[in-house]
Parts: sequence; C-alpha cells; structure tokens
Amino acid sequence: MGNVIGSAVRRREDPALITGKGKYTDDFCLPGQTYAVIVRSPYAHARVGTVDTSAAEAVPGVVGVFTAADIEASDAGGVVPTAWLLPDMKTPEHPILAKDIVRYVGDGVAVVVATDRYVARDAAELVEVDYDPLPAVVDPKAATAQGAAQLFEDVPRNIAFEWDIGDREKTAAAFDGAAHVAEVELRNNRLIPHAVEPRAALASFDEHKGELTLRMTSQNPHVHRLLMSLASINLPEHKIRIITPEVGGGFGSKIHHYPDEAIVAWCAMKLNRPVKWTATRSETNLTDAHGRDHVTKAEIALDAEGKILGLRVHTYAAMGAYLSTFAPAVPTILYGTLLSGQYDIPAIYVKVWGTFTTTAPVDAYRGAGRPEATFVVERLLDLAGDVTGLDPTEVRRRNFVNPGNFPFLTQVALEYDSGNYEPALDRALEISGYGELREDQKRRRESGSDKLLGIGVSCFIEACGLAPSQVAGALGAQAGLWESAKIRVHPTGSVTVYTGSSAHGQGHETTFSQIVAGRLGIDLDQVEIVHGDTGEVQFGMGTYGSRSAAVGGSAIATGVDRVIEKGRKIAAHMLEAAEEDIVFEDGEFSVKGSPDRAKAWGDVVLAAYLAHDLPEDMEPGLEKTAFYDPSNFVYPFGTHIAVVEIDRHTGEVELVRYIAVDDVGNVINPMIVEGQVHGGVAQGIGQALWEEAVYDENGQLLTGTLLDYAVPRSHGLPSFETDRTVTPCPHNPLGVKGVGEAGSIASPAAVTNAVVDALKPFGVRHLDMPLKPEKIWRAMQP
Amino acid sequence: MAHQIRVEVNGEVQEREVEARKLLVHFLRDDLGLTGTNVGCETTLCGACTVWIDGQPVKSCTQLAVQADGTRVTTIEGLADGSKLHPMQEAFWEEHGLQCGFCTPGMILAATALLDTNPNPTEGEIREALKGNICRCTGYHNIVKAVQKAAQGGASNG
Ligand code: FES
Ligand code: FES
Repeated sequence: MGNVIGSAVRRREDPALITGKGKYTDDFCLPGQTYAVIVRSPYAHARVGTVDTSAAEAVPGVVGVFTAADIEASDAGGVVPTAWLLPDMKTPEHPILAKDIVRYVGDGVAVVVATDRYVARDAAELVEVDYDPLPAVVDPKAATAQGAAQLFEDVPRNIAFEWDIGDREKTAAAFDGAAHVAEVELRNNRLIPHAVEPRAALASFDEHKGELTLRMTSQNPHVHRLLMSLASINLPEHKIRIITPEVGGGFGSKIHHYPDEAIVAWCAMKLNRPVKWTATRSETNLTDAHGRDHVTKAEIALDAEGKILGLRVHTYAAMGAYLSTFAPAVPTILYGTLLSGQYDIPAIYVKVWGTFTTTAPVDAYRGAGRPEATFVVERLLDLAGDVTGLDPTEVRRRNFVNPGNFPFLTQVALEYDSGNYEPALDRALEISGYGELREDQKRRRESGSDKLLGIGVSCFIEACGLAPSQVAGALGAQAGLWESAKIRVHPTGSVTVYTGSSAHGQGHETTFSQIVAGRLGIDLDQVEIVHGDTGEVQFGMGTYGSRSAAVGGSAIATGVDRVIEKGRKIAAHMLEAAEEDIVFEDGEFSVKGSPDRAKAWGDVVLAAYLAHDLPEDMEPGLEKTAFYDPSNFVYPFGTHIAVVEIDRHTGEVELVRYIAVDDVGNVINPMIVEGQVHGGVAQGIGQALWEEAVYDENGQLLTGTLLDYAVPRSHGLPSFETDRTVTPCPHNPLGVKGVGEAGSIASPAAVTNAVVDALKPFGVRHLDMPLKPEKIWRAMQP
Repeated sequence: MAHQIRVEVNGEVQEREVEARKLLVHFLRDDLGLTGTNVGCETTLCGACTVWIDGQPVKSCTQLAVQADGTRVTTIEGLADGSKLHPMQEAFWEEHGLQCGFCTPGMILAATALLDTNPNPTEGEIREALKGNICRCTGYHNIVKAVQKAAQGGASNG
C-alpha cells in the first residue's frame, strides 16, 4: 500500500456528487424553517434616514423585519471585524446592518424573514428607506485625491494604510546606475469570484441549551465561529456549532466573515426558529468580496547585459467600503513580498496604499496578491527583454535565482526554501516547440497574415501555506496559521481523521486518506476523513492560500507518525525487543534483522485498547493530535506559456494553446493536482481575456450578472498541456507544496504577454486586462 | 392562486398544487425534495439547474412549475439505473470531471443530451454544446475528457 501516495486514486467524494445526493447548505430544510431576504442599498454612498418596515411587517407570512436599530438594541456585538491589522491602519467599524450611512451598493439596511421564500422577497420590496445620496468614489487612486468623496470621517483621503517594504535608497541608486530602464503603468482588473454555489446560511437555535447551529458556505468554519462569537452575535464560542456541508466552490470568497451569515444567526436567535438565507447571483456579485483592483506604476532597472539591478513598484489597492477579514494582508504581505519573482534582484522597493472606495469590499480571491505580483514582475521582464533586445526567455534565464543559492533570501523578506527554475522553463519551451513558434510568428509577420501569432511566457513563484504563526503574528495576523489533525485509531485498526482543513471541491477526503493509508500501510477504505464541523473537529484554520496539503496534510502526517511511535513502543514490549530495533513497514511492526518476529498493525492496535499488557506508565488507547506549525512558507513555481492568435481585422483573441509546467514538490494524487492546475489556469485566463467588475462613477455595478460579467465558458478555452518538475519542499514531512492557486497566478501574465507579443509590430508595449477585442482593435489602429 | 399540476418526475407521477409563479426548480427542490438540481443564478446563465423535460435539456430556473404540467421530467437523481451509474456519471468520476460538484448534475444532464443527438462529437462540438453550463472549478478540461470517454463507451441515453 506504500505507493498509494502518488497515485491517481479516484475521488471518494464523487459518487454522492454525480448522483445528486451531495448536500449543500441550501439543500437542508429544518422544521419550521423561515427564509431571510436582506434589503440592500441601491446607492453607493448615502445617509440613511428613516427605515419604514410597517408595510413589510403587515404581509401575511412575514415573521420579522429588523434593522440596525434592532441589532443595537440587542446584546449582540453587531459588527464584522477585520482579522489582519497592519501598523497604523485605520479600522472603521463594519456593522452587520448599516446604521447611518451606506457605503456601497449592496450594503444591508434591513432583513425580512418570512415563512416562504417568495413572500420574503415580496415583503423586502415594501421596506421603505429614506436615502440621502452622497458622492461616490470607485477608483483606488482617485480615492486619495483632495476633494474625493470620503467614506469615513476619521479616514482622510480614504487611506486605510500605507505600507512599504524593501530599501528605497538602494533601489533609487540602482536606477541611477542602470544601462536600461523600463516602466509600465497598469491596472489589475477587479474580479468577482463566482463560485457557482452562491453563499448561503441556515441557522437554528436551541433555546434550552442556548446553542446555535449554523450550516453555512465556509472555507474555514472555526475562523467563522471565532469571529461570530467575538464580534457579531452574543454567544460564547462553545455554544456555536458551524457545519459546512458540501461547499460549491469558494476561491477565497467563502473565507471571509460577512454580515449576512451573522444576520441570519441573529435572526434565528431572535425569532427562535430556523432561518435560511441563500444569496441570489446578483447578491453574490454585489456582496462577495471582490479580488485584485490595483492601480500600479512599476519600473525595472537593468545593466548592459540584461541583469536586473532594481525593481520599484507603487500600488494603490482598493479595499472597498470596509476592511474585509484578511483584506489588508492581500496587497501587502501577499503581494509586496512576492515581487522578487523567480529572480535574483539586488534592490527592490515597494510602496502600497490601501484605500477605501464606495464599492464591494476586496479581499483574497484565488491567488490573493500573488497573481498581482506575478503580473507586475512578468510584464516588466517582457519589457526588459524589449529594452535590452533579449528574447523574453533569455532575459529571464539570466536573472533566475541560481539553484545553488537556496535557501535564498530576497530583498523583500522571503526566504525561498528551494527551487530550480531553469528546468521548468526548458520543459515548457520544449513542449511548446518555442523555436518553431517563433519562426511561424516571423513568417506570419513577413507575409502580413490575418492571424497574428503571440507567444507569452510567465515564470511564476507562489508563496503558500503562510507560516510560521509567529511570523504571521508579527505581520499583523490576528490568528495563527498552523493546522490541526486528530488521528483516532479504532480498536480494529481502522482510522478516523479529524482535520482542520475544510474542503470545498479540492478532494481532501481522497488525498488525506491516501496520506494516512500510505503511511500506515492499510487499505484506503479503512480511513475516514471528517472535516467542516466545529462540533466534531478541534480548532482548525481551514482551506485557502493553497495550504491544505502543505499544512493540513503535514498535520495529518505528523499525527500519524505519533500514532506509529506509540505503536512502536507497544510492539517492542510485545516482541520483547528494544524500541529502536522496531521497524514499521507495510502495516507491520517487526524487529530489525528478524522479519519473522513481527506484529501486525491490527494486533498492536488491539493491544493498545485491551491494555492487558502495556509498557509501564503507558495509557491505553491510540489517538494522537497534532497542531502543525510550519517553519516557513512553501514555494511552488513553474513556467507557463500561452499561444494566442489575434484576428487582425476584429481584434478577437483565440487562445490556441496553453502549456503549464508546475513544480509543486511531491505529489499525493496527480489527478487532483492536475485538476487544480486546470481550474486555476482557466480562472486566470478569464481575468486576462474577459472578466472585469466595472463600477460607473456613481458606484453602480455595471457587471452585476453573468450576462455582463464573462466567466470562462467551455467554448472559449483549449485543452491544456500540463507537465511537472519535482523539487520537494525540504521542510515539511511530505515534501509537498501547494497547487490550488498556481494556475491563476501564472496565467494572467502568460496570456497578456502573448497578446502584447502579437501586437508588437503595432508598437504596443502594454495593454490592461481584460483584453477584449475592442481594446485590441483600437491598439492596432494607426 | 394555486394550480393543480401532474408531472412525471424520474418515473414517478406527482400530483401537486403549486402557486402560478413557482419556479420548476423550486418545485423540484422544495416540494419534492430533489435537491440534486442546483441553483447557481436563477437567470438561465449558469446551467446548474439543467434537467430534462421530455428528454430535452431545460434550465429549470426559468421554467414555471405549471409549464411542466403533463410532462416527463428527469433530474440527476433519475439518471442512474438503480445503483448502476449512468455511463456519463461513471465517466465524470473516472476522468475527474468535477471538483466541488455544484455544476455537475446540470453538466452531466447537458452532456448526456448532447450524445443523444450527436453520439460522436468532436472536442469543438462538446465545448460548443456545453457553453451554457458554467463550471468554475475544472477549467472544463476534464469535463471534455469525460464526455469523450462516455461517447467512446456509447453513453447516449438510447
Ligand atoms: S440556476 Fe438556472 S441557469 Fe443558473
Ligand atoms: S465542479 Fe465546481 S463548478 Fe464545476
């Protein structure tokens, strides 16, 4: 069974999901259940006058209509806090229902609860709110201008924080002495996550026990419970049980602690009956935390040979109307620190302004800061190629961190634990047939072909499994970033694992059972994985930031090793051998050198529970818990290549090939790893070609439906060509890194570089995403 | 106002009273408890709610329950033959054609309907046929492979 790790085991999650038996939050119904609809502001910024609920209350079937005044009159905390505090950051309060001022379209002002979902919607229409509109501001840089609309009285120029990293003087000196300099002003387009399952919550309250049970769409139920208890409702943590049933995708959007789920919980307690809320698609688009939205100026300095001397980046990052849960970390710790990319850069300076805008809050979305960083670095490297006259692959090659220099300390505070960048580039070039592609491009340019060919390279690095907790704390995290696992071995030798990771499509039940079965040498069906229920699982941090294999999996491996350790002691006692002479292999404890002196896994486990004859001072039973706090991030990397054809007459882009070579260290289930790459790549391609959340100057979201916001559909994408190199992580027990975000980090830059490459004959140096035909057509006009 | 409707759902006749405005998907989910059909957008744009009406794929979020009166509706719960999975379900499992699974019931029903009319589609035809069904997890790569695999195995609905 040892080789179960590394094999493409079919997912145990799937039988329920392909037959419609899997249960998502909205699939649960409780006796006496009611439905909540949240009344939302149609204005981006307005003073709220009277809220008249009487007409809504009069509708038959309505059981309650509540406003901020009701929450304030209760003993609930009534706010959702941010959980990441940067130095000198302004943290205005974010009430779960807006009090005097609404600050984005979608800000909740009231909640209507009724016995029927249609009645609740009807009644919500009847809530009369007096709004006195105020000016809006939607651009993160414009928000800092004198005279711009100000969201909070005590936050002048809407600046929530200013943050910098690197050495300003050293970087300025590098630019002074440079042979070549290239710069670009760019915008990283605002994105809407679009998990296909909208957010939902179903709360019920047991008044006798004083216990709230909340089923909800969450990537981190314990974090939600903690924040809910600390700040939103008035219940101690141990009286709240959060269950995350099947969750239909998250991509970050289900990490954050939003007002809505807290409102539902509050209503269930207030009304003492179950309350369900399910967002409509337009509600998710208005209120799910968006991603990206940066305005950036970036510069690179090189010597005459094309070696990078310095990198300087200034970024305005939208926070939206309030500071969402992990929002301040995204454009700082997860962005500024990534701006060294795969390169040995001697001087870097990064300055970031996080600003309030009258828009939906912005927070972590697949990649969170790292796609933005990769986009900056990889656009600059292409421009560096232009100014030095080097092929884009050559200028990258000249600047890769040398494989002999790991661990490598960058100028922006990260220590890359391991890496070997050239083989991944070489492999991607080989798969793509890079030389032939360049020749084809040359031929087409000479013949004036109608189909312009573009080739884009993106050499990316990702830092995931944010750690260790001590460092995260120093950087502002109000939580640890470890993960937990409890390994419960049953008397017959089967195992239940309780993991703090919380899957929402990643296939953890399969991958984690492979780890356990592989390490213990038992059958996969002897292992059960339990997750996503604070009533069953010890505190855990959840699933985001590509952390679950590297941190969650390592916690499980550590716990399993502790179980084996105890088993070894018991086996030594049973075999009358010294503990250090006992080897454990393929589910059997045996004495080194005499394999016939052996005890099977099951015998040792049974002995632990019978406890008739255990080593002195040993407790019965076999159960171990691990809280695994990694010593560093993990650093997956790779090279992706996009090949596009652009119609010279219409500006339409066809992505004809996409090659992804990833290094995610050791792989537990290659099928699942590849699936993660595919999904991430598709999301990044969406950002590059189609996706953009657009607000007009009044703060109205113009892309509030799937008609105006174009997520990738099957006919817009090719099949992907994937491969891997393997550089194991040196500091975790599995040698694994992360893979969930890699695709979305690499692909926006690869695709954009390809499009700009195709347009070079037209003198184009840069275009902002999304690369829609009109933009490209205009760029081609003389 | 309530209307009496008679619908055959997954081979079972259902006679119920429904409000005129009730969506078919809410009838299936709330009244019949068939929660395999998911709601992703309520606006005909994501395909998560795809079911068959008289063998044709239909987005059940933009049909009223009363419109289904007198028809035969098949949902994901009715696709397998007892405990034997439909070959399209098998193929999605085998090829890792799903991650979170939320789009999957609609995707499987849409894909199966494609093979009914075109048992040997090209990759382009598969991608074209599924463009009304959004999957945010898989990038469609393995969904295409699953449909190809099902086609090779002759997985049309017969
Ligand atoms: S829910 Fe029907 S198409 Fe989206
Ligand atoms: S598997 Fe998650 S949306 Fe398709």
